[in-house]
Amino acid sequence: MIDYNSVLSEKARVIKPSGIRKFFDIAGQMEDVISLGVGEPDFSTPWNVRNAGIQSLKKGKTVYTSNSGLILLRQEIAKYLKRRFHLEYHPDDEMTITVGGSEGIDICIRALVNPGEEVLIPEPCFVSYAPITTLTGGVAVPIETRAADNFRLTGEALRAKITDKTKLLILPYPNNPTGAVMRTEHLEEIARVLRGTNIMVLSDEIYAELTYGGKHVSIASLEGMRERTILVNGFSKAYSMTGWRLGYVCGPEPLIREMTKIHQFAIMCAPTTSQYAAIEAVRNCDGAIRKMHDEYDMRRRLIVDGLRNIGLDCFEPEGAFYVFPSIQSTGLSSDAFCEKLLYEKKVAVVPGTAFGASGEGYVRISYSYSIEHILEALGRIEAFLLEHHAAEQARQKEAVCTE
Amino acid sequence: MDKLVQLLEKNARISDQQLAVMTGLSVEEVREKIYQYEKKGILRGYKALIDWEQYDSDYITSMIELKVTPEKDKGFEDVAKQIMEFDEVESVYLMSGTFDLCVTVTGRDFHEVALFVAEQLSPIESVVETSTHFVLRRYKDRGVKFYDSKSDERGKLL
Repeated sequence: MIDYNSVLSEKARVIKPSGIRKFFDIAGQMEDVISLGVGEPDFSTPWNVRNAGIQSLKKGKTVYTSNSGLILLRQEIAKYLKRRFHLEYHPDDEMTITVGGSEGIDICIRALVNPGEEVLIPEPCFVSYAPITTLTGGVAVPIETRAADNFRLTGEALRAKITDKTKLLILPYPNNPTGAVMRTEHLEEIARVLRGTNIMVLSDEIYAELTYGGKHVSIASLEGMRERTILVNGFSKAYSMTGWRLGYVCGPEPLIREMTKIHQFAIMCAPTTSQYAAIEAVRNCDGAIRKMHDEYDMRRRLIVDGLRNIGLDCFEPEGAFYVFPSIQSTGLSSDAFCEKLLYEKKVAVVPGTAFGASGEGYVRISYSYSIEHILEALGRIEAFLLEHHAAEQARQKEAVCTE
Repeated sequence: MDKLVQLLEKNARISDQQLAVMTGLSVEEVREKIYQYEKKGILRGYKALIDWEQYDSDYITSMIELKVTPEKDKGFEDVAKQIMEFDEVESVYLMSGTFDLCVTVTGRDFHEVALFVAEQLSPIESVVETSTHFVLRRYKDRGVKFYDSKSDERGKLL
């Protein structure tokens, strides 16, 4: 009998599974659970996009594309980035189509980070940056962001973590799980710290189209930043195309060339059907994504107001489709809160600690759900809080009496 | 289009406070706008969408095509107004194409609807011809899907 623990690589064994899963596994086995947990859109992919995928299959477009992806798709993405974010990337050699934004993150970190080099990761954040850094032999260095700063990365916090080993800064805004965004002035603060250094930036802008109250700005569009930025974006969130697994990376040619090499050996090319569908998406869906954006925005207002009304502190998220309320008033830890809420009221939310230690005291709530679903969940959370506070008060009273 | 109207069309049970939050208006503004829409007759009413098939499997809806001889000077107006007075009639539309009026009628069962057509609609003098189509299955009504899997397949991953 093989002892599999002894055959597995140490790096693989040392990384932990995503903390988001745990609650879904429990919730999946319970009846009548209503979830505010998922991190993907509730809209179907726009029909014209789905149809473009179908048509490509009908025409028998079932072979590999070039490693970098269909040139037509890259050309359309280049136009889109210019049109939407004033970014200019050459489709021939400054762009590669990836399997979701996730692969973009992976090949970027792998192409840049040597063993022992440090990757700065603002937390709370999406769960994949640190494990991938670990797999490359790099060192993940969290930078705690705070509710007092609206969960933005500040120049000061960044400067404090820079050492001579710092290789890469992850800039995950709009942010999952907090919903924080970085406006031009906040990005400028970061750019000021980085200009004149050799520190590179991985700007994960997968939620760029879901920015509320103003347009998304990419750090790559700031003076002197394009040369040190790798842009990761994709179709999952903006176009409701999570299952198609399609993203892209853009950056200076020497970097993209190396990333494409890794991509070539690991993946070969992104799914062909998805690439054909994405051409239609990026050409003809500006209106459709606007509509989804507006719908998310209404839900965002509704849920933030709802949470505040039932007594949870909640900073105003300006991006993605998450709110990150504080649950500190309950006296419970994030994990305990989520577990109690799930067992007592059958509402699934994700503990903030799944996104880094600094997420303690918070929970992530997704509003990628219908208004009816959100209102039902808010009602249950309210009942939960009322019962919890009543029980707490009774307990305190009893404690006083026994004294 | 006004967001407020769009929201109400989808769900008329959302409270004024919630409508205000979602549209960025004050509660007073929401109330005033709704009042104005109602006064102008743009907002005609607020009703529940009921899946009658689940509630009572015999319950039936039918669409009836009517060919009508238009009356001099009045056209189809008089007969349309006469037909819309029946409680059984849910909607009356003047149509373009090969027939003139489309009438939706609901009833407890097939028989009731068929009798209504035979006894109430056919005898109307200007009605030349009727053609009754029973609804066998309602897939989507007023923008709401009636045949849709309720399970959310998301949430298995991140």
